[in-house]
Amino acid sequence: MSTATAGRPVAQVARVRTSQGGLRAELRAVRIVWYRELIRFSRDRLRIVTSLVQPFLFLFILGTGLSTLSEHDRFHVSLRTLFYPGVLCMAVMFTAMFSAASIVWDREFGFLREMMVAPVRRASLVLGKCLGGATVAGLQGLLVLLIAGLVSVPYNPLMMLEVFAIQLLLAFTITAFGVMVAARISQMQSFMAVTQMAIMPMFFISGALFPVSGLPTWLTVLNRVDPLTYAVDPMRRVVFAHLKLGAVERAAFDGGVSWWGYHVPTAVECAVVLVLGLAMLVAGIVQFSRTE
Amino acid sequence: MSVVGQAELLEADAPEREFAVYVRDLVKRYGEVEAVAGISFEVGQGELFGFLGPNGAGKSTTISILCTLVRPTAGLAYVGGHDVVGERNAVRRQIGLVFQDQTLDGYLTAEQNLRLHAELYGMDRAQIPGRIEEVLKMMELWERRRSLVNTFSGGMRRRLEIARGLLHSPRVLFLDEPTVGLDPQTRTSIWEYIRRLEAEEEITIFLTTHYMDEAEYCNRIAIMDHGRIVALDTPDRLKASVGKDRVQLATADDRRAIAEIKERFGIEARLAEGKVTLAVPHGEQFVPRLVAELGVEIRSISVSRPSLDDVFMAYTGRTIRDTEASAVEDLRRRATMWGRR
Repeated sequence: MSTATAGRPVAQVARVRTSQGGLRAELRAVRIVWYRELIRFSRDRLRIVTSLVQPFLFLFILGTGLSTLSEHDRFHVSLRTLFYPGVLCMAVMFTAMFSAASIVWDREFGFLREMMVAPVRRASLVLGKCLGGATVAGLQGLLVLLIAGLVSVPYNPLMMLEVFAIQLLLAFTITAFGVMVAARISQMQSFMAVTQMAIMPMFFISGALFPVSGLPTWLTVLNRVDPLTYAVDPMRRVVFAHLKLGAVERAAFDGGVSWWGYHVPTAVECAVVLVLGLAMLVAGIVQFSRTE
Repeated sequence: MSVVGQAELLEADAPEREFAVYVRDLVKRYGEVEAVAGISFEVGQGELFGFLGPNGAGKSTTISILCTLVRPTAGLAYVGGHDVVGERNAVRRQIGLVFQDQTLDGYLTAEQNLRLHAELYGMDRAQIPGRIEEVLKMMELWERRRSLVNTFSGGMRRRLEIARGLLHSPRVLFLDEPTVGLDPQTRTSIWEYIRRLEAEEEITIFLTTHYMDEAEYCNRIAIMDHGRIVALDTPDRLKASVGKDRVQLATADDRRAIAEIKERFGIEARLAEGKVTLAVPHGEQFVPRLVAELGVEIRSISVSRPSLDDVFMAYTGRTIRDTEASAVEDLRRRATMWGRR
């Protein structure tokens, strides 16, 4: 305030000093928006529990149920184990989307306005939100990671670290996607409808629950276009690297993603997810920065 | 610090930087609709300034422009000496906002809401706890600082919003319908707080309202209708511009009194509400003469000023009841929105 109020009698009451902007002010804004997500997550115990339900359904109900159908002799590993990498992704996806949904919520309940009139860049607010969503979803993913033993996946520290890193990356990208959508949609029902429409097909097509090599052409094309594929595949590679699998399972489930015969390495896959996430972050920022 | 020097030089001959709020020919169009149709006014430092008008008159749009949330189609607007279009963040640091709809995070405590605000506004870390205590005590919420905002009543939330609006020591505090949707008792208490902060903080208060009695508290009010300012002055002068005071008296012989008033003062009095009723400018100056010169025994006498309702009616052609009805409509609309959630 010093520049504007200097020499003014009005300013003589002990006024609070506020920053004149700059990087530090922006970082404080990012941090506090991120921190708010954490506070809200920790308050919402019900959400923590309920968002675990879906991964568990897929893992234990679908995994167990389907395994009675499948050719038992072909796999020596239960379907639950084979599903596990996909479910690790899933746990993160839905929580991340839920975090992004809170923007719509904030708009409906007015809190968004409080943030929009703050003397900071919208970019900082959007970034804080995406990082917050990613952290919260990552924590949620951690809970699913902790049950690895139940599906006979060993607790290998390196594996867990790698899984967690991929979860954070995926969570960030999904939150950015959600934020981008939330910039346009102001009603919760519509937001939920749109994101469900996007997320469910993306989840199924990504090959979270089936191997992606040797699919029919149409599904292969869809699969390679689906961004989620590039998070699910590295996740599977990381987990399967620490499993004792027979050649059959490895061939069936760990085929990996290829582009016209080129076997896409993990680093490129992660880069795809990251670049996409950043692009959507920028799109979200641009939309939120518009003034009427 | 050369910036300071420059700013002061500018202030010397730039009225837009002198006033707390300075608006010239402001226009906001949404397609065909002209929400704000070219308004000009200024608000002095430390003033309590009110925008009075029916819903849809353009009050909220104007506030949104002044708060940098909406970009004007044409015209100039300066708040706290800064251009609302070109110096958006400078304006934002100078203003506090309390919106019609609540903008608190119900899942955080009162204190956490304020802390979040302090961080967003880049407040000096060392000053944050003290200032939070100060504003919470001023709004009498200090004891509830650790409670979740979800557990607060409507009045408490509004007070917390005001506390938050004040937190970063803004030079201009905008209150958009600060008491809408509150019960009469809570409204009264909110006004006690507003008047207290007017006294305790060096601050300009800019509010909108469609409650006449609240407009009375303002130093000056602008009556807005269909995107234009139709009148702007102190409440007293506005009332004076409209009409005369109403004098009512009970006498021993009303008929004779009426005749005598006509004879001596040339004023047409009539019997209304069982009393001799007449309209005169400056009623309080007229009464002593009346008492001295009237040959009829007077039992009681009352002078009432024209109300803001009369003013409003005169300038907008509508009564307050019309406005209130649309306000109720507005509330009902909001209630159904809640229901849908």
